[in-house]
Amino acid sequence: MKLLEYQAKQRFAAAGINVPPGRLARTPEEAADAARELGRVAVKAQVPIGGRGKAGGIAVVDTPDEAYREAARILAMDIRGYPVRSVWCESGLEIAAELYLGITLDRDRRRLVVIFSAAGGMEIEQVAIEAPERIAKLWPDPFAGPMPFEIRRLAFAGLAQAPQLRGQAAKLVNGLVAMTTRLYGVATALDALTCEINPLVLTPQGSLVAADGKLEIDENAHFRHGDVAEELARDETGEDGSTGDDPFEVEARRRGLTYVHLDGDVGCIGNGAGLTMNTLDLVKQHGGEPANFLDIGGGASAERVRNALEMVLLDPKVRGVFINVFGGITRGDEVARGIIAARDQLHITKPLVVRMTGTMEEEGRRLLQEAGIVPGKNATEAAAAIVALTREEPS
Amino acid sequence: MSVLVGRGSRVVIQGITGREGSFHTAQMRAFGTNVVAGVSPGKGGSDQDGVPIFDTVADAVAATGADVSGIFVPPAFAADAIMESATAGVELTVCITEGIPVQDMIRAREVVLRTGRRLLGANCPGIVTPEQCKVGIIPNHINRPGPVGIVGRSGTLTYEVIQGLGEAGMGQTTSVGIGGDPVMGLSFPDVLGLFADDPGTRAVVLIGEIGGSDEETAAAWIRDTGFDKPVVAFISGRTAPPGKRMGHAGAIISGNTGTAQSKIDALTGAGAVIADTIEDVVRLTAAKLAGGAG
Repeated sequence: MKLLEYQAKQRFAAAGINVPPGRLARTPEEAADAARELGRVAVKAQVPIGGRGKAGGIAVVDTPDEAYREAARILAMDIRGYPVRSVWCESGLEIAAELYLGITLDRDRRRLVVIFSAAGGMEIEQVAIEAPERIAKLWPDPFAGPMPFEIRRLAFAGLAQAPQLRGQAAKLVNGLVAMTTRLYGVATALDALTCEINPLVLTPQGSLVAADGKLEIDENAHFRHGDVAEELARDETGEDGSTGDDPFEVEARRRGLTYVHLDGDVGCIGNGAGLTMNTLDLVKQHGGEPANFLDIGGGASAERVRNALEMVLLDPKVRGVFINVFGGITRGDEVARGIIAARDQLHITKPLVVRMTGTMEEEGRRLLQEAGIVPGKNATEAAAAIVALTREEPS
Repeated sequence: MSVLVGRGSRVVIQGITGREGSFHTAQMRAFGTNVVAGVSPGKGGSDQDGVPIFDTVADAVAATGADVSGIFVPPAFAADAIMESATAGVELTVCITEGIPVQDMIRAREVVLRTGRRLLGANCPGIVTPEQCKVGIIPNHINRPGPVGIVGRSGTLTYEVIQGLGEAGMGQTTSVGIGGDPVMGLSFPDVLGLFADDPGTRAVVLIGEIGGSDEETAAAWIRDTGFDKPVVAFISGRTAPPGKRMGHAGAIISGNTGTAQSKIDALTGAGAVIADTIEDVVRLTAAKLAGGAG
């Protein structure tokens, strides 16, 4: 769950982190009002992805008229599939230096990591590759959080690469201690997987200001942050109900299915994440292109199979579906009956190949065969079968 | 021989009265697992099919000597259940629950580490030592004893491997599901280390997937420790696009870390053989057990 820039900044501001004065505008009129109030502003598209500037989604304007024109242009934009619903109009900053401060999950250390760098304003992943010595890291104790002395060490290590800031290091480090403590508070309170200020601007007067904000909240923690989810839903959805996300994935979420949309034409359904990933891999190995990832989870009730089949077939590119189910304690004949019923209810005429295991799997395969569905004895053969069937030209 | 659980394991189930907990407790008992206690706060003093229920894990441990716990509580309460179990003195906590917030897991894992005890999962299928003890949700009938140790991130793929090996006459010392979350308890090197010390384990099947770099860490561990048992590795998610979570919270390629190819290269470099399909896993494991090069 990614927050928009202005939402992240509102949360930063509430925690005592300096952000530039700004106003949200959903119409060109509101943008003009903001410029009237704030003077020279940057009009910034609010979309949950990076690269807005390059896409033309940010404009610096001097007058309300200009603000109106630029906001009208930006609000009509679609940035890589994400329609712009609002713009954040924000006062410009005088910049002495651009720094980076961020908190993210370090999977290898199994902790949050605080990252500080004097090389702000560019992608931190890029800095990590090109100039790893410019990045300083801290892995705080998950119960105590970062201690001031640890943050000072982090800050001095990051500033060691920025000799031009040496003269004001003492004051700067004190500011970074306060800001890091606050940012860590935001990250833990919101279950953030990423909580980033880039650039963190140092003004000529020596203040630290969050010029941009990125916050991504752990999807597993939704139950604690219903308010954020609601706010996001309000902001991302336009009058047409479109969110900018892949429409098939939005529909799958509505149906409670774990689905990822891909480019190919072979529909794939499996149970369990690993097994479903392997189902896609097998299709690819046999020369097919998977149309999707759909994990129906443990078991394989007739209702889940029907829901999944219906979902996969919403994509008109799909030419056939491969269902790969490890039955476990589920009976193979029941899985087979469920699939046949779903096929009949949904009037599916595209080829189906089913590979399943479970008790009574022989009986299940016989039922499928009789119903005109191709039963695969193992996943590899089944993958070969679906690829062959979806490659045949329609007669 | 076996690792982590065996005939002597005394198992407590946290969340025994819930839908999943009660169903799988019955399955575990049918398997032969010695379930000595259940925990369900507020229901202490009652029993479920003869298994005594306690309000707290500490009470259960004091009364029954439970040393392994299986957790079947909802995600919002699971991290607390893990910490309760480890601090009550349970040696191995197996958390089946899927969907626990990452920051909860960071803290729960830390608490378990400080107690010096072990955590398996979360978001895992559990662990089976055939004919002795099962904690979790792995189907009962597929397991048979034998010389192969299995360790995997994916539940159903682990079942596939157990079943495939079984059909070819190869059983397991112990099958260990470490789970599909980005922050988990026991990791590949931990379990490989246990298999290294288990004389009954003659070959290991490692089932990895995209996301993170635990397979790469396992490869480095194999190389650095001179682990001398054959490893057959299977990696799923070769076709997964970057930036998309593939079912498991941990199965996501971020930037250029976590790709299947990186894992395959690292494991190959460490001397593991890579299986492309489940049938390959079976064939290669049979060859390794027979002393061949696969």
